[in-house]
Amino acid sequence: MFKKKRNILALSLLLLISLATTTASLWLPLSPAYIDPSQRLLSPSETYWFGTDDFGRDLFGRTIVAARVSLLVGVVVSLVSTVLGTIVGLVSGYYKKADFILMRIIDGMLAFPALLLALSLVAALGGSITNIIIALTFAFFPVMTRIVRSAVLQINHLQYIEAAKTTGASDIVILLRYMLPNVLSPIIVQGTFIFAKAILAEAALSFLGVGVNPSIPTWGNMLQESQIYVTIAPWFSIFPGIAIVITVLTLNILGDGIRDAFDPHSTNRKKKRFLRRRNQDVTLNGGS
Amino acid sequence: MSEPLLQIRDLNVHFPVKEGIFQKTTGHVKAVNGVDLSVNKGETLGIVGESGCGKSTLARTIIGLQKPTSGDILFEGESLPNYSAKQMRALRRDIQMVFQDPFTSLNPRMKVGDTIAAPLKAYKTTNNLEHRVKELMELVGLKPDDHYNRLPHEFSGGQRQRIGIARAIALEPKLIICDEPVSALDVSVQAQVINLLEDLQKQLNLTYVFIAHDLSVIKHIADKVAVMYLGKVMEMSDSLSFYKNAQHPYTNALLSAIPFPDPEKERTRQRIVLRGELPSPADPPSGCVFHTRCQFAREDCKTNTPPLKQKGQNEHYVACFYPIEREQEVKQTKL
Repeated sequence: MFKKKRNILALSLLLLISLATTTASLWLPLSPAYIDPSQRLLSPSETYWFGTDDFGRDLFGRTIVAARVSLLVGVVVSLVSTVLGTIVGLVSGYYKKADFILMRIIDGMLAFPALLLALSLVAALGGSITNIIIALTFAFFPVMTRIVRSAVLQINHLQYIEAAKTTGASDIVILLRYMLPNVLSPIIVQGTFIFAKAILAEAALSFLGVGVNPSIPTWGNMLQESQIYVTIAPWFSIFPGIAIVITVLTLNILGDGIRDAFDPHSTNRKKKRFLRRRNQDVTLNGGS
Repeated sequence: MSEPLLQIRDLNVHFPVKEGIFQKTTGHVKAVNGVDLSVNKGETLGIVGESGCGKSTLARTIIGLQKPTSGDILFEGESLPNYSAKQMRALRRDIQMVFQDPFTSLNPRMKVGDTIAAPLKAYKTTNNLEHRVKELMELVGLKPDDHYNRLPHEFSGGQRQRIGIARAIALEPKLIICDEPVSALDVSVQAQVINLLEDLQKQLNLTYVFIAHDLSVIKHIADKVAVMYLGKVMEMSDSLSFYKNAQHPYTNALLSAIPFPDPEKERTRQRIVLRGELPSPADPPSGCVFHTRCQFAREDCKTNTPPLKQKGQNEHYVACFYPIEREQEVKQTKL
């Protein structure tokens, strides 16, 4: 996957964002929490690279720091919903009886639009980062379950699964050693897309005012605060917006890259293998 | 040698046909319909028939991937369908299977060495796993050191089938079911794989149930041949008597389809071309299931089902009211 420039670019950009936001307090020249009412809504300048917000806080620092919540929510939601969705999907794809019950529950969850479900859950639970993570996991894992289940159903009747059964493999071995590796690529792709979607959803929830406490900068919070100033201080909306776009785009590119890398028939490996196999055939036919 | 290892008694495997929103059962596909067979130790039973006649379902039922609707399968005198899951697992050691398609029967994400080691791991038979796997690879003509860490897609069809065979013999089973093991391979590779199977049979004292739709392949390997049509056994006999003295009209039609290697003889070959299509196994014809396509069918074939009866002094069984006498058949070819 590192053969393609865009994959390297996407990965390094993502690393840069995570590094920048985790070490922000060490190198940011201006504190992102420092309020200076005399410097309200300034346009980008040498001191304030991204301008200032309605409290005179430095927008550059706030945009950087805001990535913490977004990345945290994204990582945790995508990991938990991938693991949860994979387990439920494998089980319901493999066991017919469990499938019926599990799928009716999943159908019920899918009946709600993901954001609406998350919104009502956060409204019920209260707006903290943990609750947002719980709500978004509930909103996104049913899709993952469906994808894993459909992939399992596709390979369920292939002979190598039956061969595994006839060689005495237990169900858990079949699920983990035969099913899982063969349904991994849609899982990874969907996982990275959930990462991107979770960032968007967190921003949307914050934007709607049910998200993280407004004192903690998040891209959603910033957009929400900026909306009344959009005509007089457009940079206030533009920079957090760009941050979201770049992060989500990066993740989508990365998802595609990982999928290609996990495909055993991917193009750059094919050539090498073809040559090796051709040599091998010659020797084998000569031998027997 | 003569005690039966596997006996199949009046085996039925029916699949319900479900229709509509309420999944009402509207009929049954009778994939296997009253089959009686037996295989002795060290023998090879060949099963032939056109596609859809229930050969593969029979294989899947013997190995336990499919539950029979009724009937009995006896392995070393013990009835399989009544086994619990635990007993079945223990039994799987003794019955293994070689699958039809070498391209889908190997896990594409599993290294060849691990694929062959899988049954050994499942039953924890050996401490020195790698050594045993390499031994097996050697036995089936793969290169242990070179091939151990490769993935299946790096191999050709014949090599893949060798991997599948190595997996099947890993546990030193008593019975191996070969479900059309060579039908997906080139003719030249077919011969190699069949020779390998024959060598292994001698070395490891294996018993085969060998399913194929190609009578010339069966002729090479089988001691006993059974012909299936629409889930029923039409004719069964030892291989010699089968190819010399086939009595069922269907068998004769099948045999007439084998081309002769000699072009002179090939020109004189009389092909019996069957009329019509294979009837649906969901709605098999009454009486003898073959009567719709049989050139010798008479009135009573349509109403009565011919039982599988012994003909002659050998172990030759035919399910036909009017089996072809050889003299008559010879006359016909002359006409």
